[in-house]
Amino acid sequence: MPYIPHTNEDVATMLAAIGVTRIDDLFDEIPPALLSAELGKIPSGVSEMDVTRLMQERAERDGRWLNFIGAGAYEHHIPAAVWQIATRGEFYSAYTPYQAEASQGTLQLLYEYQSMLTSLTGMDVTNASLYDGASALAEAVLMAVRVHKSAKRVLMPATVHPVYRKVVHTIVRDQGIELIEVPYCTDCGHVIPEALRPYEGLDFAALVIPQPNFFGVLEPVDELTAWARANNMLSIAVVNPTALALLRPPGEWGADGADIAVGEGQPLGVPLASGGPYFGFMACRNQYVRQMPGRIVGRTVDRDGKPGYTLTLQAREQHIRRSKATSNICTNQGLAVTAATIYMALLGPDGLTEVAQSSHSNTLKLAQLLCALPGVKRVFSAPVFHELVVRLPAPAAAVLDALRSDGILGGLALTEDYPELGDALLVCATETKNDEDLARYAESLARILKQHPQQ
Amino acid sequence: MLIFELSKRGRRNGAQALRRTGELNAIPAAQRRSSHMLLPEVSELDAVRHYTNLSRKNFSIDTQFYPLGSCTMKYNPRACNALAMLPQFLARHPDAPAATGQGLLACMYEVQEMLKDVTGMAGVSLAPMAGAQGEFAGVAMIRAYHEARGDALRTEMLVPDAAHGTNPASAVMCGYTVKEIPTDADGNVNLAALKSAVGPQTAGLMLTNPSTLGVFERTILDMQQIVHGAGGLLYYDGANLNAILGRVKPGEMGFDVMHINLHKTFSTPHGGGGPGAGPVAAAAKLAQYLPLPQVALDAGTYRLQDERDRPQSIGRLSAHLGNTGVLLRAYIYMRLLGREGMRRVAEYSTLNANYLMSELSKCGFEIAFPTRRASHEFIVTLKGLKEQTGVMAMDFAKRLLDKGIHAPTTYFPMLVPECLLIEPTETESKQTLDQFVVAMKEILAEARTNPELVKTAPHTMPVRRLDDVKAARELDLAWRERGS
Repeated sequence: MPYIPHTNEDVATMLAAIGVTRIDDLFDEIPPALLSAELGKIPSGVSEMDVTRLMQERAERDGRWLNFIGAGAYEHHIPAAVWQIATRGEFYSAYTPYQAEASQGTLQLLYEYQSMLTSLTGMDVTNASLYDGASALAEAVLMAVRVHKSAKRVLMPATVHPVYRKVVHTIVRDQGIELIEVPYCTDCGHVIPEALRPYEGLDFAALVIPQPNFFGVLEPVDELTAWARANNMLSIAVVNPTALALLRPPGEWGADGADIAVGEGQPLGVPLASGGPYFGFMACRNQYVRQMPGRIVGRTVDRDGKPGYTLTLQAREQHIRRSKATSNICTNQGLAVTAATIYMALLGPDGLTEVAQSSHSNTLKLAQLLCALPGVKRVFSAPVFHELVVRLPAPAAAVLDALRSDGILGGLALTEDYPELGDALLVCATETKNDEDLARYAESLARILKQHPQQ
Repeated sequence: MLIFELSKRGRRNGAQALRRTGELNAIPAAQRRSSHMLLPEVSELDAVRHYTNLSRKNFSIDTQFYPLGSCTMKYNPRACNALAMLPQFLARHPDAPAATGQGLLACMYEVQEMLKDVTGMAGVSLAPMAGAQGEFAGVAMIRAYHEARGDALRTEMLVPDAAHGTNPASAVMCGYTVKEIPTDADGNVNLAALKSAVGPQTAGLMLTNPSTLGVFERTILDMQQIVHGAGGLLYYDGANLNAILGRVKPGEMGFDVMHINLHKTFSTPHGGGGPGAGPVAAAAKLAQYLPLPQVALDAGTYRLQDERDRPQSIGRLSAHLGNTGVLLRAYIYMRLLGREGMRRVAEYSTLNANYLMSELSKCGFEIAFPTRRASHEFIVTLKGLKEQTGVMAMDFAKRLLDKGIHAPTTYFPMLVPECLLIEPTETESKQTLDQFVVAMKEILAEARTNPELVKTAPHTMPVRRLDDVKAARELDLAWRERGS
């Protein structure tokens, strides 16, 4: 019996100790009419050897690709030590650290994580993580509404990841919170402060500011942060953690920084893995820490005065406050955060800066190569981080299919979410790509475009 | 020691240094970062040793018995981890076309189908990233259902007082007010109170069955009639599905929508507090509202459905498919167990719980609901012991740590005073359970002869009891460099 250690003798002894004759007797409080479960759709169990073969076949079927898709999930090198340590049983199979004395490993690691993210974002405090970047933004919107008190509307630029906007809508809708879309400049690719003029002096809880935005473009974060402050609303930064090695962090935006910063933590040592598990991070100003959702670890002392770590401010949380909690969130993404912490420790400030710089440079290089092809153009004029939009002289979907025949995932077509951009692709080349990879993409695209009549 | 205290300016982990960082840089000077990042500057060995040593300061399933009630801390098979981390699965981008993910999507589709079977529901979405998000999705679906019928008066969600805190918190996130229903002396939801609570304002009832009190709600069929009779819907909190897996299907108990904690019943790791996965399952009348995406099988090809396929969906909960890697681990576990193995989960987790309850009762522990069968967990109350010796449930829990056993859940459910909620799970042997009984007996004796020893426990952990008041009053949430 897989993972059940009982011998027949054990079972007999245990049943006798309980005073019943069969295991079925232990279910005698359940109405008999309900005890009919037949698991007809579930196959019989297989051995570890057989399931290994099955999974290997499925993995091989999915293959390996030369990937230039980013769009919120980024391929970075992950040092070998990261997941070897993160999957040690002591991290992998531990529960939420409620018993602090028996969880100092996880707790200290989370404190180190909070310290690193606090510095990376330039904010005052960070929580121990949320589910992912999209749901972290939703929690930030809810938090801003709690802090602001009077307004239930939030300004959401169209340059925020389209799926993030959908997720936020799903999560905040039933509390009567409204998201107002702010348009972007189709030449420069970011929000221009003039677009905010219609909302001046009106009652909004927050302005969301992505950096870089979904197009990879840098937003005028100082002006936007200042505008939010001047109009009595909070600023919510949505940032890429790798980018923060090169870019001024949200804690330094405008006159005195953004109010809340969130983002997707995946680039910090978490594999792409078809979308999860990732983790969301959230940081904020000191004054809002009691409105922050999720677990928070604090440093304190034990009864002998020795430093130790514990979950703190639990009075915000659902297991204490129930219907009055700041959020229903219960778990964080502990294991992914464990990986991210080890990743940041292994790279250090210079390592992370190199990853950011190399990704930035590779993407610019790729753009040069692609835009040397007839009819391929960069869509936006403003500076980017490690992702950008190019317009193709042929149908984007067909070009992507053709690239795939050459083993290349050539980016994300924006046709559905941003039809106004035409046959546009969002492309990304991280530090994992070398010059040969970039050349291979450009050569393949050149060949494909020759076969497609110019539009 | 913190990793930052091992750090020295200018030290590099050379193996991670990039040989080429690219010469292009188009970041405007005004946008560039100039402030220092507080990331450690340590060697690879320093980092590996530091985090390996930190891991050794944890209790975990792999190192200790972990009878943490309501959390189902069963063995997490290593095969599930190894196979979910095959390089092709890890490397696949979430926005890569479905054609490049047929192997993965086949697994996801089969998880959906298997979960439909064990829950007795018509549809499943794998999108929720945790149990609480599954709850949110389920309650949002209940709201969507009532709204679609133009039934705008239903503003109230009923929640038993023994429920997990996430239940009322999730209901509030969906814009409902919460009404608590009291519990009977024998652990069932009070039917008379339920009857008088329902009405045209009732959106639904959120129920865990077996409940967090470790007993099966015997009147579930009456409760179902009361709530449905008033036009409300029934939400099933799948936290305790392990106790009835393969024996009872929530759909057949009359539930309309539910979530499943894959990190409990389907043995995906708890990871120090996540990631979990909380798929949501629904009966036919609610299936159209399930969150996106779902995996469909069209003419032999798997694909992700979107808003065009399911316009009535409550929408998306994450940027992608959900916690895919967790779902993969659950898939592998399901295939290893198969249908026979799943039935055995309920049988042996129930056997272990009832055996432990009976053995602890024999050696003098007070069982909270002594006339009831345990489900896969049960409650010991130390109210009497506290009155006699001053030793509280928390002291008892801390002393168990000294005996090399993780503490049971303490002070939950809140309505049983000085409670220990004990869930051994099916993967523990009789020997382990017997050792636990011995440890419990020893502590009971210590409480009577030397209560100070118990009250000041733990004595053998890396730290002694921590000052939580100081932690909350003098917030220290991040290490800062000296002088900064």
